[in-house]
Amino acid sequence: MENTHYIVALVEDRPGVMQRVSGLLRKRNFNIDSISVGATEIPGISRITMTVRGDRVTLEQVMKQLNKLIEVVKVSELNPRESVIRELALIKVNVKSEGARAEVVQYANIFRGRIVDVAKHSMVVEITGDEDKVQAFIELMRGYGIKEIARTGKTIMARGAKSVKLRE
Amino acid sequence: MRMKGAEAIVEALKREGVEVIFGIPGGASIPLYDELYDSEIRHILTRHEQGAAHAADGYARVLGKAGVCSATSGPGATNLTTGIATAYMDSSPVVAFTGQVATPFIGKDAFQETDVIGITMPITKHNFQIRDVAEIPEVIKKAFHIAQTGRPGPVLIDLPKDMQEGEAEVEFPDKVEIVGYKPTYEGHPRQIKAAAKAILEAERPVILAGGGVIISGASPELIELAELIMAPVVTTLMGKGSFPESHPLALGVLGMHGRKVANYAVTDADLIIAIGTRFSDRSTGMVSCFAPEARIIHIDIDPAEIGKNVRADIPVVGDAKRVLRQLNRTLKEMMAQAKTKAWVEKVQQWKKEFNPRMDYDDVPLKPHRVIKEIMDFLGEEDIVTTEVGQCQMWAHHYLGRSKPRTFISSGGLGTMGFGFPAAMGAKVAKPEAKVIDIAGDGSFLMNIQELATVVENNINVVVAVFDNRYLGMVRQWQELFYDRRYSAVNLGSSPDFVKVAEAFGAYGTRVEKPGEIRDALSEAFDAGKPAVIDFIIDRECNIFPMVPPGRCLKDIIE
Ligand SMILES: Cc1ncc(C[n+]2csc(CCOP(=O)(O)OP(=O)(O)O)c2C)c(N)n1
Ligand SMILES: [Mg+2]
Repeated sequence: MENTHYIVALVEDRPGVMQRVSGLLRKRNFNIDSISVGATEIPGISRITMTVRGDRVTLEQVMKQLNKLIEVVKVSELNPRESVIRELALIKVNVKSEGARAEVVQYANIFRGRIVDVAKHSMVVEITGDEDKVQAFIELMRGYGIKEIARTGKTIMARGAKSVKLRE
Repeated sequence: MRMKGAEAIVEALKREGVEVIFGIPGGASIPLYDELYDSEIRHILTRHEQGAAHAADGYARVLGKAGVCSATSGPGATNLTTGIATAYMDSSPVVAFTGQVATPFIGKDAFQETDVIGITMPITKHNFQIRDVAEIPEVIKKAFHIAQTGRPGPVLIDLPKDMQEGEAEVEFPDKVEIVGYKPTYEGHPRQIKAAAKAILEAERPVILAGGGVIISGASPELIELAELIMAPVVTTLMGKGSFPESHPLALGVLGMHGRKVANYAVTDADLIIAIGTRFSDRSTGMVSCFAPEARIIHIDIDPAEIGKNVRADIPVVGDAKRVLRQLNRTLKEMMAQAKTKAWVEKVQQWKKEFNPRMDYDDVPLKPHRVIKEIMDFLGEEDIVTTEVGQCQMWAHHYLGRSKPRTFISSGGLGTMGFGFPAAMGAKVAKPEAKVIDIAGDGSFLMNIQELATVVENNINVVVAVFDNRYLGMVRQWQELFYDRRYSAVNLGSSPDFVKVAEAFGAYGTRVEKPGEIRDALSEAFDAGKPAVIDFIIDRECNIFPMVPPGRCLKDIIE
């Protein structure tokens, strides 16, 4: 059965490591929906979060192939039901009237977003949340005219005591 | 110690026990070559970088230790890539060095700059670019470690020119630690037990031995296992030689051009014990009808191979030699009577019935006959390399081998032009052995320039050209599946291979009659120089049996 899987890889922070990972996913014909990277609590180690579509066999292959990359230190699958999944989006919206401006501010508050930039005819809203929330907010903003969207891609962390560590 | 980068490279190579490098210098690698000039490491100047890469690969496959090749930046590096990809597909430990423009020029499209790191990422086990002279010893140590351990594979090191020329304080580590690289060697005891249990329950087991058996040196353990449990053994192309084809339990090679008995046995088996094989489509035929009644034990050092192409019921991750030792020990402890007697008898019956004929007297020559004479002429430690095409499949099917590392062929990539430079590398690795390349005329032409290399360096290999003036394998597919529309496969009458050989200073001879084959072989091997034998074979002779692509192993055309 096709499903979305959340994979976290801890990798050595070296030039080209993202290319190795993304190249591998392409060469093996795996479908990825999003991929993001950032630093971790360990110096020299970065964390890559990928969402991959496919059945169980595909998922296993992705994980095993990733593990073969020399600079990949650890690969884990995270269960979305036991994890926090977040994405950040920056949305630049047109605000042509004072009324529109007030409404956008209101919506941003309801979504616990923040207005991070205000100009004469536009505003930038920062919104954080799971995919559905970010998507819902974007849909609401369409009516005002969206000038630009920048999304980070998803990042994920297990709830509770479980964590992705270098060694078990 | 304070030294120049190039000096550190050569010192590190010496410490790795490197005795020979195949390569061609260029602007971006002159500093390295300047250092090699005074070194005791032998450098063999090939005439094309592809030849260097295949030679290093052939060398590695014969010795089981890394073969080294070197090229300059840009075109030198890109010329290596076919050889690197070939080594990658067949898990061969090649270490490739490429010159690179000096670091300040990287990214500027400088003269002869190419992104060799980007280009070779998908075809190497790993690659490195030196960014600091001081890291050279550690990187080289890591490169050889990665290339030669676990599932072996090619590793490339890109050497910007300023890194070769610059000086630094360097230290040579005895060991390296790579956090993300820890191959599993020992099989999990629970999986070993499960495998042993399945083996003792089986009535129709077949052992499927792949290249992993050869890489890990597990042939003695494989023979022990087969005899212990009385199971017939089939091999893949890469596994050819891992189990003596003269052994009563040997059924030969399986697959698209495998032995009928091997394909039948696998299809009817109730247990497949697959060792060091990745179940390539050329070996399995259509997967859905591969061994339909069998449980599958899959032993492999690369966990990613398990379940990739064929489902595994009992996976065992580990090195073939160690796992087979564990398995044999466990089996002996549990020893029950093997229940395979009826099966072995049935398989032996097939083996007799399907035994292929080779003793043709026809003129023009039948390739089977040439193969038979070559096989009879060679000792079991001598080495056969192959090109790609019908020639390769004739050798694969008919040319029996009994020792590991004596049959060297481009299995995964199917690289025409591989066999001749690989033969050169093999001969350098094992000078006391006779080395012969089973060549197609088309393939030989792809790296024929290496005749100059073997002549200049007295590397006395023999090239047996199966001269059909066709890209024969493609013609065969066109004959069988495309209404005999022979599009772009006729090689015409050029060149005269005997004259080409002579022009390069090699020995050349032509053979047209079966009675002349043996003498021609003796003369070629005794020529005191490299030799080319031009065997004029039946132009439209096909390689049969054949399993058409996308069909089951038992759907054999003969
Ligand atoms: C580098 C390369 N190019 C093209 C092919 C496709 N190909 C496979 S077999 C073959 C014909 C080989 O001809 P030859 O070497 O004369 O061998 P024959 O089949 O005639 O024995 C070709 C063109 C290949 N395998 N490798
Ligand atoms: Mg030919």
